[in-house]
Amino acid sequence: MSPELIVFFLLAALSVIGALSLILQKHPIHSALSLIVVMVSLAGLYLLMGAEFVAAVQIIVYGGAIMVLFVFVIMLLNAGKEEHTDFSKLAKFGGLPLALALTGLLAAAMIHNGASVSNNATPDALASTTKISMLLFSTFVYPFELTSFLILVAIMGALVLAQREKKA
Amino acid sequence: MNSVTTFLTQDGGFWVLTFIKIALLLFIVLTVNAYLTWFERKVVALMQSRVGPHRVGPHGLLQPAADGLKFLFKEDAMPGGVDKFVYLLAPFLALTLALASLAVIPFGPNPLPFKFFGHQVDLFISNPDIGLLVLFSITALGVYGIALAGWASNSKYPLLGGLRSSAQMVSYELSMTMSVVGVLLMANSFSLTDIIQKQSGTIAGILPAWNIISFRGGFFQIVGFLCFFISAIAETNRVPFDLPEAESELVAGFHTEYSSFKFAMFFIAEYTSMITVSSLCAILFFGGWNSLFPATWTVTHYLPSAILIPFGLWVIADGLKYETVFGKLILPGLGAAIAGIGALLLAGIWIAPLHDVNEYIQGPFWLLGKIFFFLFFYVWARGTLPRFRYDQLMNIGWKLLLPVSIANVIVTAAFVLFRSAP
Repeated sequence: MSPELIVFFLLAALSVIGALSLILQKHPIHSALSLIVVMVSLAGLYLLMGAEFVAAVQIIVYGGAIMVLFVFVIMLLNAGKEEHTDFSKLAKFGGLPLALALTGLLAAAMIHNGASVSNNATPDALASTTKISMLLFSTFVYPFELTSFLILVAIMGALVLAQREKKA
Repeated sequence: MNSVTTFLTQDGGFWVLTFIKIALLLFIVLTVNAYLTWFERKVVALMQSRVGPHRVGPHGLLQPAADGLKFLFKEDAMPGGVDKFVYLLAPFLALTLALASLAVIPFGPNPLPFKFFGHQVDLFISNPDIGLLVLFSITALGVYGIALAGWASNSKYPLLGGLRSSAQMVSYELSMTMSVVGVLLMANSFSLTDIIQKQSGTIAGILPAWNIISFRGGFFQIVGFLCFFISAIAETNRVPFDLPEAESELVAGFHTEYSSFKFAMFFIAEYTSMITVSSLCAILFFGGWNSLFPATWTVTHYLPSAILIPFGLWVIADGLKYETVFGKLILPGLGAAIAGIGALLLAGIWIAPLHDVNEYIQGPFWLLGKIFFFLFFYVWARGTLPRFRYDQLMNIGWKLLLPVSIANVIVTAAFVLFRSAP
C-alpha cells in the first residue's frame, strides 16, 4: 500500500468515526467537537488531493469560524445532555434501509464512472491559489457572485430578525 | 506530485533532520518563553518603580526555573463535576496549536552551509506555499483551547471567561485577516519567504523597502499594520484586551479552575502565540530578515558585535558589583561569553571563516531583533494601558478595525491595479 493510501484511509476512518460520534454523543458540546474532527480530517483529505488552498480555507471557515459559533451558542444556552426520544417512526423503521440505499447508490455511481472519481479531475487547477482564483473569477464568476449574494441576503435576513426581536 | 506526496516520499534523513529541528525549536522557544516571563516582570516592575524578581539567582534570573519546578510539583487538583475529557483536552489543544504555528515561520534567508545526509538544512521546519493561511487556520482553531477550558470547568467565572474569549477572538479574527490582505496583494503570494523577499532592497537608496513604508507595487501598509497589531493583541488575549482573564472581575477567567502544570500549559501557549504574532509583524510589515540599512553599508554588518560587546562588558561590570558569590561567578562568566561572541564576530574583519559566520547571522539577527522589539511592545502595552470595557472592545473590533482594514484593502487594491496597468 502506498503511503498516500495509508494516510487516506487514516483520515477517512477519522472522519467516519467523527461523524458517528457526532450522532451518538449525548452532549451537544461533544457532538460539536466531533464535527470539528470531521471538518479537520476533511481538510486533510483535500490536502492529500493537492488542494492546499481549499484545505486551509476549510479549516479557517468551517473548523474555525462556523464551529466556534456553534460552540459559542451551545455554551451560551448552557445546553445540557440530550434525552433520546423515539417519536419518529420513519427514523426508527426507515432509517437503516434508507442509509443502506444511499450507500449503495453512491457506491454504484462510483463504480460506474470510477475513472472520474478516483482521478482528481483538475489537479493543477486545485493546486495553486492563483489558478483556483482564476477559475473562480473567470469561468465560475456568475455562480461565485450569486453565492455571495445569497450569503448577503442571509446576513440581512438575520439582522432584520434580530432587530424585530428587540422592538417587540 | 503535490506537496503531500512529496512529503510522504521523503527518505529517513529528512525525517531525522526534521525531528532534530523540531526538538531544537521547541527547546529554544520554551526557554525563551520562560525568560519572557522574567523579562515581562522586570520591565513592568521598572515601569512601576519596583524591583521585580530578584531573590532567585542574580537579578532573579533563575526565577523562571523556580516557577517551572513549582508548576511541576504543585498538586494537580481537578474540581468536581467537570467534563473530564474536555477539561483535559483544552490545555493540550491550546499548547499544541500555539507551538504548531511556529513550524511555518522562516528564521533566516539561507540554508546552513552543510548538508545533513544530502538534505539542505533550512532555517525553518516547513515552508509551504500557503504559509500565512496555515498560520491563520491554526489561529482559527486556537479559540477552542480557551473556550472549552471555560466551559469544561463547570464553574461560573471560567464560563464567562470562555464566552468572552470566543466572542472576542471571532470578532478580531476578521479584522486580523482583512488587515494582511494588503500585504498579500503586494507580495502576490501566501508564502512567508516570498513576502519577505519582496521587501528586500531600498527606496531612494536609503530607506528600507519594508511594507510599512514602501510604495513599491502598492501602497504603504501602516494602517494595515496598526489594525493587524491591535487585532493580534486581542487575539492573544493580552492587555489591554485580556477580558477573558480579567482578574478584577473574573478571578482568573477561563483558567480559574486549572492548577499545576495544566495552568502552565495555558501560560506557555499565551507566550508562544505572543512570539508567533511578533514574528508575523516583523515578517509581514517590517521586512523580516531584511536589514534596516542599505546592502552597500557593509559596516552595519558588525552591528551584532556593537551590541554584544558593550552588553557583555556591562554584565561583567555588574556581576563584579553583585553581593552574592553566585552572582559574582555567574554574571561575569555570562558577560564574558556574550562579549567573546561579539569579539569573534568582529574579528571577521580579518579572519575569513568568521566573516562568513557574521554574514550568515545577519538575517536571523535582524529578524530576532524585530521579534524582540514587538515582544517588548507587548510588555510595554501591558505596563501602561488600562483594560477596555467589554462594549468598548466590541465597538473597536466591529466599528473601527473592521471598516478601516477593509478600506485599507480597497485602497491597496486600487494602487496595485494602478501600478500594474500598462
